[in-house]
This record gives sequence, structure tokens and C-alpha cells, in this order.
Amino acid sequence: MSVAAKSGARAGFDPRAVKRDFPIFTNNPGVVFLDSAASAQKPASVIDRVSDFYRHDYANVHRGVYRLSVKSSELYENARDRAAKFLNAADPSEIIFVRGATEGINLVVYSWGAANLKAGDEVLITELEHHANIVPWQILRDRIGFTLKVAPIDATGGIDMAVLESLIGPKTKMVAVTQLANATGALVPVEAIIRLAHAKGALALIDGCQAAPRMMVDVQALDCDFYVFSGHKMYGPTGIGVLYGKRALLQEMPPWQGGGDMILNVTFEKTTFQEPPARFEAGTPDISGAIGLATALDYIDALGRDAIAAHEAELTEYGIGVLSRMPGVKLVPAGQRRFGILSFGVDGVHPHDLATILDQHSVAVRAGHHCAQPLMDKLNLAATTRASFGVYNDERDIDSLAAAIKAAQVMFAD
Amino acid sequence: METRDLYQDIILDHGRKPRNFHAMEHPSHFAHGHNPLCGDRITIYLELADGRVKDVSFEGRGCAISTASASLMTEVLKGKTLAEADALFKAFHAEVMGTEIPPVPEPLQDDFERLAPLEGVKAYPARVKCATLAWHAFETALKSGAVGATVKTE
Ligand SMILES: Cc1ncc(COP(=O)(O)O)c(C=O)c1O
Repeated sequence: MSVAAKSGARAGFDPRAVKRDFPIFTNNPGVVFLDSAASAQKPASVIDRVSDFYRHDYANVHRGVYRLSVKSSELYENARDRAAKFLNAADPSEIIFVRGATEGINLVVYSWGAANLKAGDEVLITELEHHANIVPWQILRDRIGFTLKVAPIDATGGIDMAVLESLIGPKTKMVAVTQLANATGALVPVEAIIRLAHAKGALALIDGCQAAPRMMVDVQALDCDFYVFSGHKMYGPTGIGVLYGKRALLQEMPPWQGGGDMILNVTFEKTTFQEPPARFEAGTPDISGAIGLATALDYIDALGRDAIAAHEAELTEYGIGVLSRMPGVKLVPAGQRRFGILSFGVDGVHPHDLATILDQHSVAVRAGHHCAQPLMDKLNLAATTRASFGVYNDERDIDSLAAAIKAAQVMFAD
Repeated sequence: METRDLYQDIILDHGRKPRNFHAMEHPSHFAHGHNPLCGDRITIYLELADGRVKDVSFEGRGCAISTASASLMTEVLKGKTLAEADALFKAFHAEVMGTEIPPVPEPLQDDFERLAPLEGVKAYPARVKCATLAWHAFETALKSGAVGATVKTE
């Protein structure tokens, strides 16, 4: 474990020390990285773990009787235990390794959704969703004919809870919502939404992509039925993510992909399937990804999730202060609470021009619709510029952002 | 490459005050250009007569690069034959893509020069689509005539 992660076990930590855990910043000195919402950078511990695994312990999992395969399988299953502990799942079998949040949501849609939804049923999502929590539902809807309803945001940019409540009825089978809107940074009161869903007999899926790297998540306390996150936004490798599902639900769900590892017995007449989680992990999984993810979760926990949440909140407050004092800079509305992500516009400067100019000042931000086109349409914006924070950012990064915005404003001034 | 080289005064000027920036009531040809990635949308209007671009205009909203490129395009296309327009597009496209530029016929060289301020975009691969959006829409308009069509670049 790194110096920063060790010392960070106390409440609060020093982002400058944390930054030294990330080789990308040594190799790109001066880069002001404000795009962790798209993907986070990786600490040396994760990079080394993946490399060490290939150097020392690699073999396919669940297949060989030889020692290397046994070891590899053990490490892979340990990673599952690690993810279960991270989310406080009741049992490791409730953790399914997937490619990322997108695949996790697709798994729920094509396994649970295809088996349980019929014409006349309703699925409720919100206007804050990422395309990953919109499009899979639409594809299945067009096949089955259920109704996809959308809970709107109010003038503040948060979910209109009264309208959301009114949209959950006896036909509602699933409420699928983001915990933290990637396009605006709006924190969503998912606890209340899960309770409302359950009160009407619907299930709840939480897209934790942006929340899981930034705050404590306890799936048992939330009582959500499904929870997804992507490893690459958690300081872990790309190509790995987690779908959590309540055991009783997973047990009843049919496989969604067929292949090796997910079967008990195959004949040409009939195949019987494994129990979860194996039932949902057809083929050779991303073994090194899962192991690297476990190390990333260790890293997060060593820093302390409460400390990370406090750090993200502090940066957010600081950023709100700095940007809202700048003439011509407007934050996109983000409801009751903005967290970890600042989405904004600058009068007279298109977000793409702004992002290019910021890049010239070594400030990396995202510009565009952030895979949330329906939300952009609702906000009547074609695009926004988005700065998002990670454990390695500090206030100076926000000052650099502000200085670069200023330079763009000067360039574009009439 | 400095952004100053990309955002030259001429680009900033055309981005801020685009020329030929209006709709046409009865275009013989028009098309919408849409870059879903940045949300930029423009509409190109043409009046063709005797195989020439008699008039060309555009409207829409986009970044400085796509607006300036559309504006400069309307300036150079006026009065050109379709073959000349095509030659300019091919040369411009190669220039911003950083590929080999086909020989530009002598009479078109001044017009090609006027597009030169956009050359800087080739250092920004993510922005090349912004510079070519108007031209793709122009090409689509030629094909679709008065019924219109939409071309997407991403
Ligand atoms: C809220 C949210 N949901 C889903 C996704 C999709 O994640 P991935 O592309 O890793 O599957 C993202 C990533 O941008 C996201 O921010």
C-alpha cells in the first residue's frame, strides 16, 4: 500500500500525497485532470497488481486442476469477496463480474427484464439517466411492448419527487435510477426512491457509476435489488465492473449469455445451468481486471470512503464558489446537492472551443452531451463543459480551470 | 501548436459574425448537418442555376470552428461550378485531415487560400469534424435537392 493510502486512513487526506500514488501524473507533469467522471486514473498499486498477477499467478479460472489454475481461481473469487465487502452485499454470490455498468444494466434487462416484463407493464427511469440506463430498456420495450416512463427533473435540476411518486403504480415493475447524474452532478435521493418502488411492489436498480467512487455504498442499507458500477471509474482497470443483485432474484433469473463456465451439464438435448453468479459469467472472464479491481477497492478503502466523500464535497463547494464568482460562467442546475461533478457553460464560448482552449492550458475536461442527450434536450443545451473530481485533485486544479476559462473568455471577447 | 494558431482572428471573426448567415426562402437545394457528439446543427441552403452555385447561405448553432468554416465556405462557393466546388472540398478535406492535398486548379487557388486559417484544426483530431460539417452538409444538399436531408458526422 502506498504512503498516501496508509496515511489517509485518518479522516481527510492530503491530495498532493495521493497524487504521487498515480504514475500518470509523474509521466505527464502539469496535467490538470478533471475528467474522472469519464474514467479515473490508476494508482501504482493497481497497475502493479495486474502486472504481478500475469507475472506470477496467471492461468484460466475454474478449469484446471493444476496449481496455477487453482491459485488464479482463488484470486478471482477473492476479488468477488472483496467487491461484496465493498458494497456490503450479504453474500459474494450476489456479485456478478461484468464489463462495466453498461453490461450490468444490459444483463438485468435481458435476463430479468425479458423473463418478467410483459405488455402493459411499466418501467420507470428518470431524465437524469446516462444512455446506458435508457437504451437497453428501449430495445427490450420495442420487443415486448411494455411502457417506459420517465420521471422528470424540476426547475432546480433535481428529480421532481412528487411526480416520480405519482408515476410509480401497480403496473410498475422496475424503477431504474442513477445515484449521481454524470452530466450535471445532481445527487439523487435513491433511498427514498427505492422505498417508493418497494411500496408499490416494484424492484429498484441503482446506477452507481458516479456515486460508488465518491461515497459509502451499502446495498443492504439501501435495500436496492440491483446495483451496478464500472471498475474504471473506481481507479481500477477498464473492462471490469460489478452487478450486484439480491440472491433470491438472481436465483430465479435465466442466463443471458450461454457458453463455458455457466453450465452444469450440456447435452445436445438439454443443458442445465449453474447457480449464480457463475450462471451469468459465460466464457473466460476478465480475470486480471477483477483482481486489479479488488486492489482498487483496497486503495479506496485505505484512503477511507468518508474521507473521500468529504474531499469531493470540499472540492465541489470550492468549485461552485470559484465558478459562480466568474462573470459569464453558469452552472447547469443540479438539484438539491451537486457532488463531485461541475457542469457549466461560458457565455459566448462554445463548450468544444472551451475544451480545446482548456486543453492548451493542460486542463483536461469533457465537453459534449455526456451520453445524456435527453437530459441536454430538457435543459435546452446542446452541450456543456464538465469538470469532475477524483482523489488526486485539489483546489489548485480548480484555480487552474478558472484561469484557463478566463483566458478563453479573453480570446473570445468581442 | 498554440490555440492562437487555431483560433486566429479570422476564425474568431467569422465565428462571431458569420457571413451569409440566414435562411433562404426557396432554396433549390438544402440539407441539415448535425454533429451528435457536440450537438452542433447547421442548415445549408443553395440556389443552383446553370450548374453553378448562384447563392449559398446557412444558419444554425455550433462552435467557433464549425461556424467559421461554414461562413468561409459560403464565401468561396458563390459563383462556383459544381466541379469547382467539389475540387475545393476535396482539397480542403485533405488539408484539415493532414493527408496529401490534391492539386488545386490555378483559378481556385485564391479561394483555397481563404480557407487556410482552418488548417490549424488538423492538429486537433477531435475537432476536424467541426471544420468539415458544413462541407458535408453542402454535399448532401447537392444530392438531396429541394426535399432536404440530414447528414451526421461523429
Ligand atoms: C451514470 C453512468 N452510467 C453508466 C455509465 C456507463 O459506464 P460504462 O461505459 O463504464 O459501462 C456511465 C459512464 O459514463 C455513467 O456515468
